[in-house]
Amino acid sequence: MAAPTRPFPAPPPLGEGPGLHLPARRRRPARRVSLLRSAALVAGKDLRIEARSRVTTSQVLPFAGIVLLLAAFAIDPSRAALAGVAPGMFWTAVLLAAVLAAGRSAALEVAGGTGDGLRLSWLDPGGVFLGKVAAIFAQLLVLEAALLAGLIAVYDFHVAHPLLLLASAVAATAGISAVGVLYGAVAAALRTRETLLPLLALPVLTPEALGGTQAWTAAQQADLGDGLRWLQLLTLFGCVLLSAGVAAYGALLEEE
Amino acid sequence: MMTARIGRAVLPATAVLSLAVLAWLALGATPPDAVQGDAQRLMYLHVPVAWLAYLAYGVTALASLLYLVPRTRNRRWDLLAGASAEVGVVFTALTIVDGSLWARPVWGVWWTWDARLVTTAVLLFLYLGYLALRRVPGPADRRARRSAVVALIAFADVPVVHLSVIWWRTLHQQPTVLNPELDPQIHGIMAFTLLWGVLAFTLLYAVLLRHRYRLARAEAEQEERVLQLALMTPPATRPAAAAPEPVR
Repeated sequence: MAAPTRPFPAPPPLGEGPGLHLPARRRRPARRVSLLRSAALVAGKDLRIEARSRVTTSQVLPFAGIVLLLAAFAIDPSRAALAGVAPGMFWTAVLLAAVLAAGRSAALEVAGGTGDGLRLSWLDPGGVFLGKVAAIFAQLLVLEAALLAGLIAVYDFHVAHPLLLLASAVAATAGISAVGVLYGAVAAALRTRETLLPLLALPVLTPEALGGTQAWTAAQQADLGDGLRWLQLLTLFGCVLLSAGVAAYGALLEEE
Repeated sequence: MMTARIGRAVLPATAVLSLAVLAWLALGATPPDAVQGDAQRLMYLHVPVAWLAYLAYGVTALASLLYLVPRTRNRRWDLLAGASAEVGVVFTALTIVDGSLWARPVWGVWWTWDARLVTTAVLLFLYLGYLALRRVPGPADRRARRSAVVALIAFADVPVVHLSVIWWRTLHQQPTVLNPELDPQIHGIMAFTLLWGVLAFTLLYAVLLRHRYRLARAEAEQEERVLQLALMTPPATRPAAAAPEPVR
């Protein structure tokens, strides 16, 4: 009597099937474009695309503006109350805008096969990461400058320490850009990227939201000691995120 | 064979038994707290579950690291990381819920902006995002790689979140009357019960992790089987099982 036939063939042990074989690491070519040169090239590319498409200035910036306006509706619109919450509202608006900008920056590499071009190029993956961070960073700084003008005009925001304000904005924005680019690459090729990217990026950015808000409150109230402490935290966290991105971006770039 | 029997029968039985002993210890053997009364008994649930959530995330981070290192890369590490994170999310949610239930009679509020509470809430969202990422369909090795990167960043993020929240709550506001500190003078039967709780929930974690991991492996093997079948069968006779995944 014949043995009963199985509906499915027996599976191979885990890790030995055809789909589970992971490709061996390719040897990196000897002639590779240096980190900084790669960063400059990619940043130039992204900024040129922005200069021609104006997506950040014509879409993301107005969005951040309406967030500031809506926040004022939610709070007592007497000017005294608004000035107190102005830093928090500012950084909330920046974070929401940064998620949009990061999604846009990642989408640039999905459409038109740009990502494949980058992967096949001799550019350093860490450099590609830094270049994309630099491009978002520059766009976000412009956005923040415009929002700050709105903050001063509408929220009655006074700046006692402009240098502290600037330094903490630079440090926080560097960290926000790094997370945006890294998680943008994680979510880029996925069908649910629009909904997944905010859920992934915003919890990681809790320290940036808190630190930025507290440093700006200190800059508003001329509390230099407090502000410098938050600036240190923002700088440290920004450096950690940038190095993590340089280390991890190669693995994410190779994959799709 | 022996290890399989321990995993299948002995481990769950020991976990159930030790949880039963914990219930007796926490509800019967220990005296009520001098200040908080019976509400304090929630500690024997709350503290072990919170510790186990941290342990679960530690296991996820370690497994993710082992997956990313080329020498130790194996699909099993990825499945283990996902399984542990899922148990961790359940334990974190339980920590927040039973902490709320405890806070209501003792502090008078369901929630307070204490550093540890805020950190735990952020932790929950970090790993909800991680689990959402894992659910996105796609080739297994790509999913594993990007999940591992996200798990490591989430794990590294937690101390910074905690530090920033501590500064936030202490720089601008003196500690409130709602002191979240437990009485540190804990000893005798209460300390033993707490230790027993950690042991019991560690066993429960091991049982849940083992089941979730085995389920994940079975799913992976099934995917593999369907794929192979699709490759071996001519298109005309291909069974419905090889149909493409539904679009999400």
